[in-house]
Amino acid sequence: MNSIRKRRLIWMVILGFSTAIAVFLILMALRQNINLYFTPTQISQNRLDEAKMGRRIRIGGMVEKGSLVRGKALQLEFVVTDFSHRLTIQYSGILPDLFKEGQGVVASGRLVGKDLFLADEILAKHDENYMPPGIKP
Amino acid sequence: MIPELGHFALILALCLAGLQCVLPCAGIFKKNQAWMQTARSLVLGQCFFITLSFLCLGYAFVQDDFSVAYVAQSSNASLPWIYKISGIWSGHEGSLLLWVFLLSVWMLAVSLDSRRLPLIFSTRVLVVLGMIAFGFLLFLWATSNPFARFLPLSPIDGRDLNPILQDPGLIFHPPVLYMGYVGFSVPFAFAVSALWGARTEELPWAKWMRSWVLAAFGFLTIGIALGSWWAYYELGWGGWWFWDPVENASFMPWIVGIALIHSLMVSDKRGIFQSWTILLSIIAFALSLLGTFLVRSGILTSVHAFANDPKRGVFLLGFLLLVIGGALALYAVRAGLLPPRGARGRNDDAKIELFSRETAILVSTVFLLVGCATVLLGTLFPLIYDAFTGQKLSVGFPYFNAVFIPLIIPVLVLIPLGPLSKWGHNACRDILKKIKIEFIVSLVLAMLLPWIFAKTVSMGVVLGLGLGIWIGLGTFKSAFDKIRQKGFWGLSKGAWGMISAHGGMAILVIGVTLVSYYHVERDLRIKPHQVLEIADYQILFQSIEPIEGSNYIGSRGYFLVSKQGKQVADLRPEKRTFVAQGIKMTETAIDPGMFRDIYISLGDPLGGGSWSVRIYYKPFVRWIWAGGLLIALGSFLGAWGRRK
Repeated sequence: MNSIRKRRLIWMVILGFSTAIAVFLILMALRQNINLYFTPTQISQNRLDEAKMGRRIRIGGMVEKGSLVRGKALQLEFVVTDFSHRLTIQYSGILPDLFKEGQGVVASGRLVGKDLFLADEILAKHDENYMPPGIKP
Repeated sequence: MIPELGHFALILALCLAGLQCVLPCAGIFKKNQAWMQTARSLVLGQCFFITLSFLCLGYAFVQDDFSVAYVAQSSNASLPWIYKISGIWSGHEGSLLLWVFLLSVWMLAVSLDSRRLPLIFSTRVLVVLGMIAFGFLLFLWATSNPFARFLPLSPIDGRDLNPILQDPGLIFHPPVLYMGYVGFSVPFAFAVSALWGARTEELPWAKWMRSWVLAAFGFLTIGIALGSWWAYYELGWGGWWFWDPVENASFMPWIVGIALIHSLMVSDKRGIFQSWTILLSIIAFALSLLGTFLVRSGILTSVHAFANDPKRGVFLLGFLLLVIGGALALYAVRAGLLPPRGARGRNDDAKIELFSRETAILVSTVFLLVGCATVLLGTLFPLIYDAFTGQKLSVGFPYFNAVFIPLIIPVLVLIPLGPLSKWGHNACRDILKKIKIEFIVSLVLAMLLPWIFAKTVSMGVVLGLGLGIWIGLGTFKSAFDKIRQKGFWGLSKGAWGMISAHGGMAILVIGVTLVSYYHVERDLRIKPHQVLEIADYQILFQSIEPIEGSNYIGSRGYFLVSKQGKQVADLRPEKRTFVAQGIKMTETAIDPGMFRDIYISLGDPLGGGSWSVRIYYKPFVRWIWAGGLLIALGSFLGAWGRRK
């Protein structure tokens, strides 16, 4: 093996190694920041092993009509449904403009009980025909 | 009648685009000059008919012709006329027509400017652009005709424009952003043309491409800045960047655009990095197309997604694969033929040493591209994961901050070093000697300033602020050096462009850092006559009253902002409910300032006279957009300068 080839080989190895490390680190960062998405039915069907109590996940569904209850300060509570199962969501803060009873919503946060979800972010879509994924009327 | 005329003009433009792909192209292979020259007239004709078609759609909007399905869907008789105009690009069909219209504008500009290029090269460029135009016109005509009628039961009034889009910022955001997106088709066409002729000729294509890249980048920058500014005051929660998939779609071509501009400069001045530049221009356009695909196909749901039709996504994806796959295949075959021409001609083997401007640029472009790749991964990961496992997920913004920011830090460090180092080679010691003082000063200031003004210092602030000051001082230093050498009036527009763009970057970095670390956000429940404090300011909620607008009803809050007993501003945020669609909208009230914004938006009535209210203190937030504007100004100056 002549010297140019050898040098090239060394460079290739270094490059390969550093790429592998970079990809590994990026994938780790990705793993820690993905939020899996569930429907109330998936939650109730004991898929909690996946949802892992306490891990940050997302819940999508329709806000049940008449379920919004406000508490002290900015506390509030409502129920999301996918028309076969229901899940109570607690949130403290200001709801987005497009939040409406009877329409789709996606909440991010943590499951704290079998049917209680503590949300730290509520998203409502800008299109009133929007349906959260996996929900069929 | 008018919409049919528009539709007809669209079909004629499609035919002309088809001809433009074939006729001049045949001329190139047959070496027939007359055939090649048809390209220019074909472009002119195409531009005429697309403009006509665009005007027809505009006419249908202004005249409230609700028998046209698209108009009925996104306009309403009670809309102010300016929003009727912006309604043209508020939905899928119209924004695609805007895309094609802007492409024809760029094409016309290239053809008018093409007299300074050799005929064969300009013909190739116009043929490539013609192919892109043909693809998009076909797409428009086959899957998304904006002139489709809604007969015989056409509605009496339209569904109204989504109120969130009824805003001055949104009139300009889409066209300017698209101008940038579409503009990257021109460097792409130049790159493909250079590859096309790589076997037989050696042309200074890098010099010709320069202005086009800079112009497109300038538009893209303004478009992104406008979008960010709009999101800040209109969405009502005070964020200026969300790492939303669609934002990423515009951010990725922007990042690659920066890499392209700098690599192109090396190709132009030193004759090296030619295949790298070509690859970057292909990637930049690929990402623009990908952005269009992601937004229009609706596979990503986000603020920007429209209601969709899967046929469209498949068509766009096929087109994307064809255009980019074709260009990359050509690149694979031909890139090796591009000669590395040194500054003094072919035989100068253009050696570069470790400490040189070339290395600084090469390293930055690699980091930029890798940074862009991580954003792409984060954006597409939910799609990939869903395709393989059927499980839906989203990638949270901490991923982007954790991965993208560390990757971009080396680039920021290098920004002032580039202009201060020399082409070819430079002793490490010389550079260090030049910027020693700047380095120390920025480090000291970065620690001192937050300590004096905010009483709290953290690693992130020191790093971000230090980088911002470092870029600012370094840019000032290189500007000062250049002025001392050539005199104030002796500096080229390109040099002023660099100073403006790098200075803008300094301001942007400082703004981003300070607003991220020192903003104060308070969401609370408040009654009239209550006072609350936020960062030295006292805010009195005076009252709330009902209001009525031309197409909405709502409430307006009255707030008095004062500092140390002196009144600073009175702010009147509103909550509106739009009658036609029953949609609620928050109108924020902002007291803007060079060093801080006070931002108030109304939430909901909570009963008993109290309201939920967001009150934010946003230091240095305006610096973000000011920096963006300076960067855009710099690229326009560069585009304007040195055209031979």
